Order: sequence, then structure tokens, then C-alpha cells
Amino acid sequence: MAILSSKINTRDEGFLANEKAMQDVLADLREKAEQIKQGGGKSYQERHVSRGKLLARDRIQRLLDPGSPFLEIGQFAAWDVYDDYVPAAGIVAGIGRVSGVECMIVANDATVKGGTYYPITVKKHLRAQEIAERCHLPCIYLVDSGGANLPRQDEVFPDRDHFGRIFFNQANMSSKGIPQIAVVMGLCTAGGAYVPAMADESIIVKEQGTIFLAGPPLVKAATGEEVSAEELGGADVHTRISGVADHFAVNDEHALDLARRSVARLNRPQKAALDIAEVKPPRYAPEEIYGIVGTDLRKPYDVREVIARIVDDSDFDEFKQNYGNTLVTGFARIHGYLVGIIANNGILFSESAQKGAHFIELCAQRKIPLVFLQNITGFMVGKKYEAEGIAKHGAKMVTAVSCAQVPKFTVLIGGSYGAGNYGMCGRAYDPTLMFMWPNARISVMGGEQAAGVMAQVTRDGKERKGERWSAEDENAFKQPIIDTYEHQGHPYYASGRLWDDGIIDPAQTRTVLGLSISAALNAPIADTRFGVFRM
Amino acid sequence: MSTVTPISKILIANRGEIACRVIRTAREMGIKTVAVYSDADRNAQHVIQADEAVYIGGSPSSESYLRADRIIAAAQSTGAQAVHPGYGFLSENEDFASALTDAGLIFIGPPVAAIAAMGSKSAAKKIMQEAGVPLVPGYHGDDQSDDLLAAESEKIGYPVLLKAAYGGGGKGMRVVESASEFSEALASARREAKASFGNDKMLVEKFITQPRHVEIQVFCDQHGNALYLAERDCSVQRRHQKVIEEAPAPGLTPGLRKAMGEAAVRAAQAIDYVGAGTVEFLFDERQDFYFMEMNTRLQVEHPVTEMITGIDLVDWQIRVAAGDVLPLEQDDIELDGHAFEARIYAENASENFMPSTGNVTFLRHPENSPYSRWDSGIIEGDDVTAFYDPMIAKLIVWDEDRDSALRRLRHALRDTRIAGVTTNTDYLYRIADHQAFREGGVSTRFIEQYGDALLQQDAELDEQDALLVLAAHIIRERQATHSQDPWSMTNGWRVNADAKHHVELIAQYAEAPVRMDLTQNGNELHWADANRSITLLPHGAVVIGNKRFTPEVAMVGTALTLFSDYGRFDARIYDAVSELIHEEEAGSLTAPMNGTIVAVNVNAGDTVTEGQALVIMEAMKMEYTIRAPFDGSVENVFFAAGDLVTDGAELISLTAAE
Repeated sequence: MAILSSKINTRDEGFLANEKAMQDVLADLREKAEQIKQGGGKSYQERHVSRGKLLARDRIQRLLDPGSPFLEIGQFAAWDVYDDYVPAAGIVAGIGRVSGVECMIVANDATVKGGTYYPITVKKHLRAQEIAERCHLPCIYLVDSGGANLPRQDEVFPDRDHFGRIFFNQANMSSKGIPQIAVVMGLCTAGGAYVPAMADESIIVKEQGTIFLAGPPLVKAATGEEVSAEELGGADVHTRISGVADHFAVNDEHALDLARRSVARLNRPQKAALDIAEVKPPRYAPEEIYGIVGTDLRKPYDVREVIARIVDDSDFDEFKQNYGNTLVTGFARIHGYLVGIIANNGILFSESAQKGAHFIELCAQRKIPLVFLQNITGFMVGKKYEAEGIAKHGAKMVTAVSCAQVPKFTVLIGGSYGAGNYGMCGRAYDPTLMFMWPNARISVMGGEQAAGVMAQVTRDGKERKGERWSAEDENAFKQPIIDTYEHQGHPYYASGRLWDDGIIDPAQTRTVLGLSISAALNAPIADTRFGVFRM
Repeated sequence: MSTVTPISKILIANRGEIACRVIRTAREMGIKTVAVYSDADRNAQHVIQADEAVYIGGSPSSESYLRADRIIAAAQSTGAQAVHPGYGFLSENEDFASALTDAGLIFIGPPVAAIAAMGSKSAAKKIMQEAGVPLVPGYHGDDQSDDLLAAESEKIGYPVLLKAAYGGGGKGMRVVESASEFSEALASARREAKASFGNDKMLVEKFITQPRHVEIQVFCDQHGNALYLAERDCSVQRRHQKVIEEAPAPGLTPGLRKAMGEAAVRAAQAIDYVGAGTVEFLFDERQDFYFMEMNTRLQVEHPVTEMITGIDLVDWQIRVAAGDVLPLEQDDIELDGHAFEARIYAENASENFMPSTGNVTFLRHPENSPYSRWDSGIIEGDDVTAFYDPMIAKLIVWDEDRDSALRRLRHALRDTRIAGVTTNTDYLYRIADHQAFREGGVSTRFIEQYGDALLQQDAELDEQDALLVLAAHIIRERQATHSQDPWSMTNGWRVNADAKHHVELIAQYAEAPVRMDLTQNGNELHWADANRSITLLPHGAVVIGNKRFTPEVAMVGTALTLFSDYGRFDARIYDAVSELIHEEEAGSLTAPMNGTIVAVNVNAGDTVTEGQALVIMEAMKMEYTIRAPFDGSVENVFFAAGDLVTDGAELISLTAAE
């Protein structure tokens, strides 16, 4: 037992100020999340419902087991990315339990631009499939989409990770025994027709679902044939004549019930074995994270205070506590699951990087999932550090992170800058799932530093030319850079582009991690073979 | 003079609560009991509680509980010396009583002659007249010509009451307000009497506008001793069926009690009565009382008398039957406090009191104490069938005065919680809570007069509140258990939002389901569409608006019953998909309850119009007509007249006209 003892005074002024600041950004987060859930807005929703169809989120609600959690991913996808308002990128995705099985659910929202695929929509669909493939989660596609967004065809059609990849993934997941189920609840045109066609099992809703390579207008244009959508590719045609779909549903609710029944007979294997203990809540309230962390990334705090509010019983068994102490490593349980936690507690030094690499090796060897709590400005710089080989020590940690085959979960709890992002399992290092707190920022370096570097270069150039640069001019030069970094490093900007799987309330971190770990255990944990560590 | 015959074993020729009631006293007296049972009662409480049980035939009473021969054979084969008939069935059947006597068995009841004397109402009245018992002015003659009956009615003075001479239970009875209505009323009363009793002989009586039903319990032994055990007021009646009874009668003076008691004893002695009997009087606003009839058996409502006298009437019945002298004399009888009895029926007050059959999936009742008594033949898990009277229990309360006892009755009714079948507990509560009833001394018109108010659902907890309580219960239940795996949580967890829950319920009597989307923040559930919230507190308590209470919910399959201080509310979990399948099968017409097909008016292939009577069913002595819901043609007829059908059985399938 190594119970963390909190040294936080929850009546301290600094704590209260932090708490207030975090609550403000959380209120904004919740408000925007709520807005996103309204999809294409009231009038489109009303029109959708008046056709006897359920809204995308209501479909998911009815598909899920009663009371099942729903771990939505990419909630902020496409947020402020396009001139068009495309909430959630027009596709709702996430993990939920269906007939007792964790599934990846991907539901088109036809109230958002007819459910057409913007570039971020494609990215989100592929990301959902990637998670499903990684975690061996059956996929359920609730299809109601007009297909590719034609004006942006160059960004959605031709490249490797574009529309076609959806079907490639379906085929390959199916080949690995990861079930693919499609429920056609609306349009499913052209390329989209392959979603049900490529599925292991597909369901189609009477008078709502249509599957065809070309819709009636295109058919008429091409051949002059006049045909209704229902005759061309309705539920009756496809379940009775063509065999493109397997099950005939009379309405959305019936279709979702059929999907639940399909999942119930998948015969899924048991989850991967992992040391599991009785679940104990943390000894400290998760909401206290607000007052500990605040929103000012420059204010330091002991990351153990955060860990104490995430892990079971606030029990954290530290590894190498006294060595390289700007990186905190240790074992704990989250919802009973044994995990290795790697958390920043300051800038990375050679020792901390080596400690990190060592700890990752341990967890990979023992097949213990890893949780990264990222709050890192980067590696230490300077002559001394370069001379002691900080680059090769950092490289060891990056090698370890890259090769570790255990499930990896990254939470950006503060800054995520530079090579620190790499060593701490940033997006490029394929974390199974990755989330961001609303106070976090991500960029190659901090805005101030970037502006400083760029100002230094500019000043050097001016000085070479014998020009003078007033402090005022320098500030005017730096400010836009700082502003740009702040804008582009913001969680809404990052999540809008799917650099992560979602922005989460810090108080929900424990639940998000618990659900993520459990979902990941649907796939067996592979043996790790590391690359060459530079010694 | 009879001699004392020791009785060591009794056969109870009855079922349900009264059989259990007799078993209880017999056991206390050290007497063994033998139950008899039909197919439907194989596992009934009276069978379980008796020392022995003998199967006597099929479920319909005519094949079992009315089969005197089989009952006598059962008594003989088990060595019972005496037979207790309970009430109903063969309790007032003189042939049965005499057959028992012939078989050398003791009938725990009056002599055959006494039963016979009271069997015909007109004959009974003649005897009473001679004995000086006051009678309602009327005509009880044998001349049954229309003209004579009309003339007699004129003589008595309208309004008059037409009554079947051999009737009971309100059948063949008509109030005639004026001469112009007479012939029509006579014809229909005769038809009903003929159908119900096989005899259409009519009596005519003065109709008393605000009558009370006050009856005297009398007891006589075989040695010529007789006494009365005060009265019971049974004025709260619905269609001549007693609903709530009490003792003593509100406002009855000791003098009047004595006068009525003595008249009742005279009545009993006039027919050489032995055992427990009840003399029913009409009691009018001028405090005059008139003999109505004498019931030659133990009454359903006998417990209220027991509660205020401390006497076990069944104990006395057995002693008297054995030849004992009455244990007390008139002067020894003391009255203490006030008692009420409410008859808990499986019936639906909102649907014209249609009997409700089925499994009693949930049953809670007040614990027995000096203040409360629960007489029942049904426990949780038992069935209420269509074969017998749908009474589930008698709830009896006692306290030192009427107000206190009535308060207890209301509480006890709220604490009587039965699900699986619909019951009349809320209806009884509204009676017990009604101003006129609280004041006491209501007439037998009480229910007729206040019927609408008594049927009104309690508005304190409206439908949306009730649905919210049920949804909260479902959500709480869902969350009650989960394993280590966080995916087994059922808390509706969502990212960056309150937890989300979806519950679909269909409320009692509602056509359409309510699709409830709720959000949960801590212990508060919010229902945005209805703009209301519920707070869940420890130990099952909830707060809605300014109401804090502890609901109890019976949840069996998809059926939900909410019980609280605001009464009962039924709903079920709506399953859109199974409803869909049901809808596909629309056009089929199903039995509303267990019962017997009386007539099938159509054949396959017939064309029918909306509203046309297709099938007539009988259950619980009531007829139900199944009508065409739309124009169409009959595809199939699944039953024929005489068939027994169960609740929900498809009777006929129809195809809608194009």
C-alpha cells in the first residue's frame, strides 16, 4: 500500500482561483458539447423526425444496452475548421455496450449537411475504425449519408486515408474476425453503398434505407430509366431480390433491435487477462483537480495530487521515486485494472528519460497498460545536457514508447510541447486512445518561446544589417505569433482536427481511462520487441 | 334437547379466505380440518393450511364447490364429523343441509327448516309479520298478474321497489319511480330473475329514499337460548354488493340497538333458528327499521362484530353445532370501540369494476395486531381466477372510536399494496376519505350519489410525477448492481455532459407511450420535456417538487406498480419492437379476461361493421361483448360457445375492409 497523501488546502485562495478558472473553461466546454449534440439544429431535426426517423444520437441511445456508458470520440471534430458549421463532423462515433459487448458505433447525422463526408468526417470515421481494429471492437455503422461532400472531393476521395479506406478497413477487420454490422437507416449512395455491402451482416429500414451505386437522378441522366428510390434500392429490393442487405426492418427501432440481436450472437471471445482487483474510488474528490491544476500552465503543482484523484484508493506504488524525479512513474489501479502511470512533474532530463524508458520496458514485459499524463514543455537544453547525451536518452524513451505493444492511453493534462510530446506518447506514437483537458495546449513549442526564437532570428538579421529594432516593434512582431500559437494550440483547434480523441472534463478522467482500458482489453496484448536503444 | 357431540374434525365446504378463517379457529380449538378443492385451487391457501385436503372436481363451482355429493363423500372418507359451509356456495342450501344430516354429519349452521323458511323472501316476510317484526309496506302475494302488481304499487305509493322473490345480490331488482315506468321495469326485472334464479316471482315494496343497511348478528343454541351481538352498518354498497362495513352503526342509540336486537332475536326464534344468523334491516332517516331478510349463515363481514365484541363467531358456531350452550348471555355482551371492514377486490374501478384476474405478483398488507386484521386466502404468487369471486382479502381495523378507526382504515388501505392484478384499494381509500362517510351514517345510495367523485384519480401525484418516480426506480434498479468492468456500469455516463437515460413507459389507461429522456446529475434526475426533476434520497425516498415520500414499486417483468401515500399507479415498460409485432397482428380480437364464451355471432367470411357484436363472453357473472373495431370481414373464429378462454387469447381475426 502506498496511499498518496494530499497536501492540498481546498480553502486556499490560489486553489479557489484555479478552481474558478477551470470551471469557466469547463462551462464553455459543456455548452459547446451541448450545442454539438443538437446536430444540424432544430429545423433539420424536426424534418428528420417527421419522416419517422430517429436522430443519430437517439439511435445510439436505443442501440446501447440500457444505462450503458457511451465513450464518444471526436466530439469536437470539425469544430471551427470549415466555413460551414459541421458539428461532430456530421458523424457521431464512440464506444458503447450493445448486448453486453463493447462496440464501436459510427452513426451518420443526416441533419448535418445531409450526413455528407467532409475531410474531417472521413478522418473521424477512419479513426473510429482504427480504434475498433486496435481494440477488436465490433463495428456498427448506422448509415444515413449522402456520401462524399462533392465540392471537397479532392480532399475526401483520392488519397490513402480517404473515403476508400473505410471499405479497406471493413474488409481487413472482417478478415481478423472483428464483426462489421451495417444498419441502413437512410441514404447510402455511391461509395456509401459499400458500407452495407462490405458488412458481415446488414439491416435495412423499410421506406427509409436505400442502397444504390447511383441514385434515380443519375440513373435517369445516364440511361433515361425512371425509377423511384425505393424501387431502385429499397429494403424490399435488397432483402428479397438483390441480397445486398440481410434483414428487413420496419422502422428505426426495429432495425436497432435487429442490430442488437446480431451483436448478441457474435460469440465474442473473453477479454485479455489482466491483474484485476476490487474497484475502490480515489480517496480524494476528482473535482479537486480543478483547483490543483487551474488553467495557467506556468503554475507548477505536484502531479501526484492529480494521480491521487484518478487512481483506485489513491494508491500509487512509485518506481524509482528518487531518480529522475521530473518524471513520475509507478503502478496503480484504475477501475481495478493494473496500469503503469507515467506523468510529467517538470522538464525532462536525461535521468528522467532513462527512467521513463526503463518503466515502459517493465510494463511492456509484464503486459501492463500504460497511462501517460502529459504536461511537458520539453527536454532540458544547454551545453551540459547536450554533452551528457540528452538526445540519445530522449531517443531511448521515444523508442520504448514507439515499440511498446501494450495498450497506451495519453491524457494531455497541461502543456504538450516539442519532443516531450513524443516521449510522452503523443498522437504520432499511436496511443490506443488520447484525450485532452480543456486547459491543455499543444504545439511544437510554447507561443512565448516560438515568438522569442523568431524575434531572436529577426533581431540577428536586423543587427547584421545595422538596423535597430525597438522593444515596441519587437512586441508588435511577437504578439501575432503568440496569438497564433495560442489559437492553434487550443484544445478546440486540436480536437477539431482530430489530433486527439476528445476533450474531457478532468473529473471524468478516471472513468474515461477505465472505459478505455476495458475496451482495449478486447484485443489480446501482443509481445513487444523493442528497436535498438542507443546506449 | 340435543346432547353434546364432540367434534374433532371438520370439513370446510368452501374455499378462499373464509375457509382459511375457519381453519384458524378450528386449529385454536384443537379440531382437525379437511379442505376440499377444485382444479383451479390445487395450490390454494386453504388447501395448504388444512390438515387434509380432498379433490372434489373441476374448476367451475358447479363441478366442485356446489357438488354436495362429493363434499359429503369427502367428509365421510376423511372421518369428519361436521361440515362448515362458510358463506356462498352451499351455505344456504337446504338440500345440502338435509343431505348432511341424512349422512349422519353435523351441518354447522341452522336447521334445514330455518334455511327453508328464509329461502323464499315472501314466505320469510309472512313469518316475520306474524312474529311482530316490522316490515316495509309491500305486496308479497302469489298473484303475479301485471295489473295486480301495478295496483299494489299504486297502493304502497311510488317510488316502489320490485324484487325477485327468490333473488339476491341485486339481480332482478328495479326501482320504479312512477307508474309510467312500471310495466317496462317489471318486464326486465322478471327477465333477469328468470335468468338468474329460474323463477320470476316478484315482490313489491315501498322504496325508501335514504335507507341505511343495518343488520343484527344473532346467535341461538340448540337449547332455546338466543342473543344478539349488536349491529353492523353495511350501507356502503355498490350494486347491492357491500363494499365497506362497520360496527357499531354510526349514531345508533343503545335504545334502538336493543329494539332492533330484540326484533332480530324474535325473528330468529320465529323459525327455531340455531347458530349464527344475520337479520338485515332497512333503517330510514326517521330511525324506523324494517325487516329485509335473514341470512342463515356466517356473513362475510362478521369480523367487525368480532372486533367490537371480542367473540370468535366461528368458535361459537362450532360449539353450538356440537350442542353446547351459548357461552354468554345477552347481559354479558359488551361493545368496545369501532371496527371497519374493507373488501379488497381484484377489480378495476376505472373500467366499470371489471374483475381483474391473474397472478398476484406482489402483495404487502398491514401486519396483524389488535388494531388490524387481514383475512385472506391469497398470498403473493397465487392466482386470482375467473372461476370464483375475485375478493382477495378483507381488511379489518379496530380502534377506540370511529374517527380513530377510520384513520387506521385509510392508512391500512395505503399500506395494502397488491400488484399483478388491479385492485380497488384506491377506490376504498376514496370512500374512507370521503367527507360524507367520515361524518357517518351514509345511506345505501352513497356510492350512486358520489360515484364520480369516488372514481376520480388522486391528482396530488399526477401522471407525469408518477411516471418520473417509476423511471427513477428503473434507473436506480439498473444501477444497483454492476461488476468490476466499468462497461458494466449502467449509469448512462456521457462525455462532457450529465449522464443520460432513456425510459419508455406506457401509463395506465394510456394509448401512447411516453418516451422519457432523462439526465442525471448526482442524485437528481431531470426530465426536460416535462420540466420536472426528482431527487433520489437514501432508503428509497424521493423528492418531487415539494413532495417528499417513499414510494414502493412492484416490478414484475415489464409491469410496474407504484404505491405511495398518493395511491397506486400502474404502468408498463414500453417495448417499441414487441409493440410493433403486436401491431402487425392488429385485427385480432382478444379476450379481456379469463372467462367463458357465451355466444359467437359471426362465422368466418362474414362481413362486419364497426361496433357490431362479434363474441359474447361471460366472466364473474358479468357479460362482455367483443365488438368489431372497424369495418371488415371475419378471417377466422377460434372459439365456440361454451369454450373457456384465458386473458389475452385471440378470439377472432378480422381483415379490415379496403
